[in-house]
Amino acid sequence: MVNTQETVLLQGHIIDSLILAKVLDAILMLGGAFDLLDVQIGSQRDQPSRARILIRAPSGQQLADILQAIQPHGARVERESDCCAEPAPADGVLPPTFYATTHLPTQVRLGGQWIDVEGIEMDVAIRVGDSAATAQAVPMGQVRQGDRVVVGREGVRVLPLERPKERDIFSFMQAQVSSERPNRHIIADIAGRMTALREGYREARSGGRPDSLVLLVGGPAIVHAGGRDALTWLIESEFIHVLFGGNALAAHDMEAHLYGTSLGYGLSAGRAVPHGHEHHLRTINRIRAIGSIEKAVASGVITGGIMAASVRHDVRMVLAGSIRDDGPLPGVITDSVQAQAAMRDALPGVKLALLVASTLHAVATGNLLPATVPTVCVDVNQAVPTKLADRGSFQAVGLVMDAASFLRELARELGWKG
Amino acid sequence: MEGMSRFLVCPPDYFSIDYEINPWMRLSNRVQPDRARLQWQGLMKVLADKVGATLERMAPAPGLPDMVFTANAGSVLGRKAVPSRFRHPERRREEPFFEQWFRAHGYDVVTLEEGLYFEGAGDLLGFPDAWFGGYRQRSDIRSYASLSELFGREIIPVELVDRRFYHLDTCFCPLSGGTLLYYPPAFDLYARRVIEDRIGQDLCVAVPESEALRFACNAVCVGKQVVLPEGCAETMARLAARGYEPCPVPLDEFMKAGGSAKCLTLALDQKAGEG
Repeated sequence: MVNTQETVLLQGHIIDSLILAKVLDAILMLGGAFDLLDVQIGSQRDQPSRARILIRAPSGQQLADILQAIQPHGARVERESDCCAEPAPADGVLPPTFYATTHLPTQVRLGGQWIDVEGIEMDVAIRVGDSAATAQAVPMGQVRQGDRVVVGREGVRVLPLERPKERDIFSFMQAQVSSERPNRHIIADIAGRMTALREGYREARSGGRPDSLVLLVGGPAIVHAGGRDALTWLIESEFIHVLFGGNALAAHDMEAHLYGTSLGYGLSAGRAVPHGHEHHLRTINRIRAIGSIEKAVASGVITGGIMAASVRHDVRMVLAGSIRDDGPLPGVITDSVQAQAAMRDALPGVKLALLVASTLHAVATGNLLPATVPTVCVDVNQAVPTKLADRGSFQAVGLVMDAASFLRELARELGWKG
Repeated sequence: MEGMSRFLVCPPDYFSIDYEINPWMRLSNRVQPDRARLQWQGLMKVLADKVGATLERMAPAPGLPDMVFTANAGSVLGRKAVPSRFRHPERRREEPFFEQWFRAHGYDVVTLEEGLYFEGAGDLLGFPDAWFGGYRQRSDIRSYASLSELFGREIIPVELVDRRFYHLDTCFCPLSGGTLLYYPPAFDLYARRVIEDRIGQDLCVAVPESEALRFACNAVCVGKQVVLPEGCAETMARLAARGYEPCPVPLDEFMKAGGSAKCLTLALDQKAGEG
């Protein structure tokens, strides 16, 4: 990211003289945008006023042009200093005044240069390179003694999100969640994004770069409620490339394949079948005996459903365990710190995240995602999308609806005939 | 600024065109020293005898041809003086002489921070309730924030957009009674709007371009008398219509360097209490 914003100061009799108006007009005329960060207006005529203006420009050149144009009118770039860094006192311990990140794009100033913080996510720290001008987001638990960690706020800046170029739901939703809003056009917009991303994914795949990825984070309600076929189709049609879930999603998906039930309920008959409650345990046991979900698919034991489609289409799967899990299935990561790291690892390249009917995994994923990734949270319980939308990203859309209805409608929008 | 009648002046002993730092100056357009002296003396006579002003003469210095333009010595309010910091190195050599004069005459001399250009009463002109500071050509807009604090006055920066009108006093002349003589196209649209809003449209007297180019605005006003370069008939008529008494003086030798009546004087008795 080039340096396309700068804060300038303007002071003196800038209001009645229209100097402030002139500077702001100049910024707009040269294609920039501004935020008035702070304006102090003199209470009497002989008292000066003062304005701090954040200028944003589409390119570094335009920013330079703007600064050059407004400098003769008295606007001067606010004096900036490098960020401060202190060594971590011990493994897993940050310096006491560490800078805590947001999920917005962030830069730190090192050696007079603003550089991007890589892998930004909320509620972590920033580690800077010893010699090279690099900066990475680092979770508390991953910091090593002596790592140089940014402290204080000086020399750190958070860049506001730019509105996406696409004129769709993500560009104007302002993170609202409502159960009283028609969902249809929202789903159509999501489908539009997914179509574009699939194109990008297929192109990038031939070039060997995993990019334009769609992440689905799902809970077992997808299977219980009848969204399994739609999701399977989405995976097979290469609309989904990364899958996060827990033990249950995988277990009930394969239970459905082996027994036609989900947590003991007959999926087609819609009622409990005798000894059905054992089905998921028997499923898990069987996969444990085989050794892995991948082997179960390869050996022809599991031939249909979400897991089978994911294995066949190289979907990157992270299954994170929880305290109430049965089994768990092989491949489920039971150490939550390791699970978090595995999820973090799978995020680069994700350009759209669908969080469907999974409170725990949805919130965990929301915490790891930078605000730049458009996010859709679908849940029958309004509290979940609201919690996600509260992250303050206008690219987070909440839908209060049943998981199966959402997946079916989305798949139909994308061409599913089910 | 009304009732000012004490002026700092500097005889044109060394006045000539030695360099070109504004569009009026041409090295080939030589000054006729005797003529310049006579014109300068004519101006002094009008100021002293007709207008009744007191003239403080400072000693000219060899090699500093523009020292005759004392309007650029600095800005004065009460006993406080802020000497100029010239943009062009050619004139920067005048600074110590002006500063020395202020000190020798008992002024509290306050200097602006290094790197800020400010060309004195050439660019900073005022009415009792509002001062205007010309910027973009010579003075730096940022100097007005400091000056406003130093003098405790509101200073409205106005952008000068025509290189021929390189100082505010070449296109803007406050007259007694709140009237303004000015040449609007010398300013950008923001400044024109602010000037008209603040002064009031009926008190703004515009001069025609042909006379603006004869420096009709580079005038000295004391009471109802307005001393201006000759050859500005239309301006004189407009002034007379508003009850002023125009006093034309031949000053074309000084126009060769881009200055006229106002540039040749620095008003010294702006009282801190005024306005």
